[in-house]
Amino acid sequence: MNREVDLLVTTSPQIHHPDSTAKIMWTVVICLVPAGIWGVFLFGGKALLVIISSIVSALVTEFIIAKLLKRFTVLDGSAFLTGLLVGYNMPPGVPLYIPAIASIFAIAVVKWTFGGLGANWMNPALAGRVFVFFSWTGSMTNWRVPRFLTTHVDGVTMASPLGFIKAGLYDFTGTSPGPIAFLKAGGYPLSALDQSVTNWINTSVLNPLGASLKGGYVDLFLGIVPGCIGEVSALLLLLGTVYLFIKKIITWEIPVSYLFVFGLLIWIFGGLRFNNGLFTGDVMFNFFTGGLILGVFYMATDMVTSPLTTKGKLIFGAGAGFMTFLIRVYGSFPEGVSLAIIFMNIFVPLINKYTKPVRFGVSPRGGGK
Amino acid sequence: MRRLKTFPKGGVHPPGNKHLTSGKAIINAAIPSISRIPLQQHIGSPAECLINPGENVKEGMLIGRSTGFISAQIHSSIPGVVKEVRDIYLANGFKSKGVVIEMEGEFDTLGKRQEKNNWEKLSAEELLNIIADRGIVGMGGATFPTHVKYKIPKHAKVEAFVVNGTECEPYLTADHRLMLEKTEEIMEGARIVDKILNPEKIYIAIEANKLDAIEVMQKAVSLLNKHAEVVPLEIKYPQGDEKQLLKAIINREVPSGGLPIDIGAVVSNVGTIFAIYEAVVMGKPLIERIVTVTGGAIKNPQNLKVRIGTPIGDLIEECGGFSEMPVKVVAGGPMMGFAIYELEAPVTKGTSGVIALTKKEVKSNNQTPCLNCGRCITVCPMGLNPTLLFKEIDHMDYDSAMEEGLMDCKECGCCAFMCPAHIPLVHGMKLGKYMAKKKKEKG
Ligand code: SF4
Ligand code: SF4
Repeated sequence: MNREVDLLVTTSPQIHHPDSTAKIMWTVVICLVPAGIWGVFLFGGKALLVIISSIVSALVTEFIIAKLLKRFTVLDGSAFLTGLLVGYNMPPGVPLYIPAIASIFAIAVVKWTFGGLGANWMNPALAGRVFVFFSWTGSMTNWRVPRFLTTHVDGVTMASPLGFIKAGLYDFTGTSPGPIAFLKAGGYPLSALDQSVTNWINTSVLNPLGASLKGGYVDLFLGIVPGCIGEVSALLLLLGTVYLFIKKIITWEIPVSYLFVFGLLIWIFGGLRFNNGLFTGDVMFNFFTGGLILGVFYMATDMVTSPLTTKGKLIFGAGAGFMTFLIRVYGSFPEGVSLAIIFMNIFVPLINKYTKPVRFGVSPRGGGK
Repeated sequence: MRRLKTFPKGGVHPPGNKHLTSGKAIINAAIPSISRIPLQQHIGSPAECLINPGENVKEGMLIGRSTGFISAQIHSSIPGVVKEVRDIYLANGFKSKGVVIEMEGEFDTLGKRQEKNNWEKLSAEELLNIIADRGIVGMGGATFPTHVKYKIPKHAKVEAFVVNGTECEPYLTADHRLMLEKTEEIMEGARIVDKILNPEKIYIAIEANKLDAIEVMQKAVSLLNKHAEVVPLEIKYPQGDEKQLLKAIINREVPSGGLPIDIGAVVSNVGTIFAIYEAVVMGKPLIERIVTVTGGAIKNPQNLKVRIGTPIGDLIEECGGFSEMPVKVVAGGPMMGFAIYELEAPVTKGTSGVIALTKKEVKSNNQTPCLNCGRCITVCPMGLNPTLLFKEIDHMDYDSAMEEGLMDCKECGCCAFMCPAHIPLVHGMKLGKYMAKKKKEKG
């Protein structure tokens, strides 16, 4: 046997978990793809151009900056993911330079001025979106009518459900049972699909159990509503989420605490704006509108910009849930997910400082003698 | 089956790959024609060399005398002539003075029937002396001199003695085979330790991936005339670490900077117990050990009984050589073992395995910046913040790192195993400890 072998000498451990940075990033990308396909199908080819514009801008920006710093980082998937998320957070009809600018801002300013991957303290995609939102608010709130709605004509726009409610509640003095009823009363359209699926669920599942589902939720869940390209289909986003959980790429803490606090507050106080009492808020409606699912599972959980420990993640999620509630119900923006997450990003260093892991053999909890 | 015990915080599940050798009985490796025996095979000060080049040595003859309080005796593993006394590179990358012996002459014990010593009439003190004299050290890899460990401070009382058959490192099956094949010997060894330590309870800890070993040990446990039980444990790395093991079994935490005896416990590896049996009952010094030779790149993986000082390359040859070119050859387990750079490195008392790993098994990847994912924190069994420690060490801020518990890090490797950014966290910890110590010495 030849004993002159060329061996790699490294410090232990000598084996590694199969995950790597690139693998994680690309897996998230793959989990997002179905929701994007749905968005393009719903809103037409323009939506695809928006996504392409944001991704290409993100990649080119990343490539140039990394090149200047003599690094090569395009393949780690992080810039692609940022570009994809920027695209998903754009209204389908937005002029193509807006996603491009959002991506360039995200990569060049938010990510690289702090040193690139891992060093940024704010989610780049969200920061990019918020930046263009305040610069081009008109274009950024210009929603196309999705396929399946009777009023669907290519290129025609309408209000988003949350925008519609916000506007309608402005000088509202009557009472309404809740957001869905409010939309219906205002003549907001539902798809035929919603009616048939709702009927089917009622007759074959819920009615025998003595319950029933009102029309409108199916549209929200499937994503037959105007909104940003990638945020509308809760169903497909959740499908990707399941895979991320199985692969342990995201952990439960942030989604659970986020949804719990947000849902709880909506349930308690959400009915007040419709001039109903406490504990009448419509939690389901609020979960499936305004990009909450995309924000909770794909952006609040961003590793780089969320806390390290379980406790820290719970605080972060709860804070984001609280802020989303505040902005959505009392603020002047109909949704608020992006701003809430960005707001909480700011507190991550502080949260990390005060949520240290419990050391072995130091805590009195250890049961040592 | 009742719920398996384990430690509550951290830990990882690397692929076990024990099936490669778990069904293979221990076989004797060929006696090496040249044995290179380092004088430092243990934690503590090196043994003092007692012989000169040209002298004849016998099998099992004392060639290095223990020096200082923490040290161990070194014996010749083969009969022969001392060729040289020189520096030898060890698997861990350090050098030690060592004795090179070329085989020659008679084997005194090999193949001969041995009389069993009647140790029952010996006192604890005398038994300890035998253990010290025969050069017994912790065989799980830590190589702490056993007679020092068993010298219990006056004020302390041993409540629990744990025989550690966990073998939580992936690939390794040496302890597993030992439990199956030398069950009674291990029990007798445990009785010897029982006499020395006089613990209230004896536990035999085995991970649940060795059901056959759990069964045979359970049957034999009545040989211990004391309250003794076999504790099956959840399969999780580092289940076999003393601190994690004691947390799992007696639910006490060894205090930071402390020893198991601080919580009334002593832990010894089954390999050590077997060596104690051989030393006390058979009068044999520690000159051989069981080594699992395995890995995806080994043609015919085996559990071998190997003389100390045998070149690692000999063992690989004995197992049919490489089936494909390995990227790494590891001495010890894959989580805490050392990657060697030449196959001439000798087997020492702590070499529990020789693992030739393929590219597919190693899964190395490019290092990227830290993602702040927190996985290293989640898996650290010591409750440390490896990413923070790494950054502090990187900035040469050793004081902060010490405050954050750097010295509690036992280099188990969980953090670096999980890190998606492939940051060499354990390397950082080792460097940090070294630098912090150096800084302290400077004052
Ligand atoms: S090597 Fe040290 S820091 Fe890393 S997991 Fe083990 S004890 Fe924790
Ligand atoms: S596991 Fe690696 S990437 Fe994740 S926080 Fe720790 S050091 Fe950073």
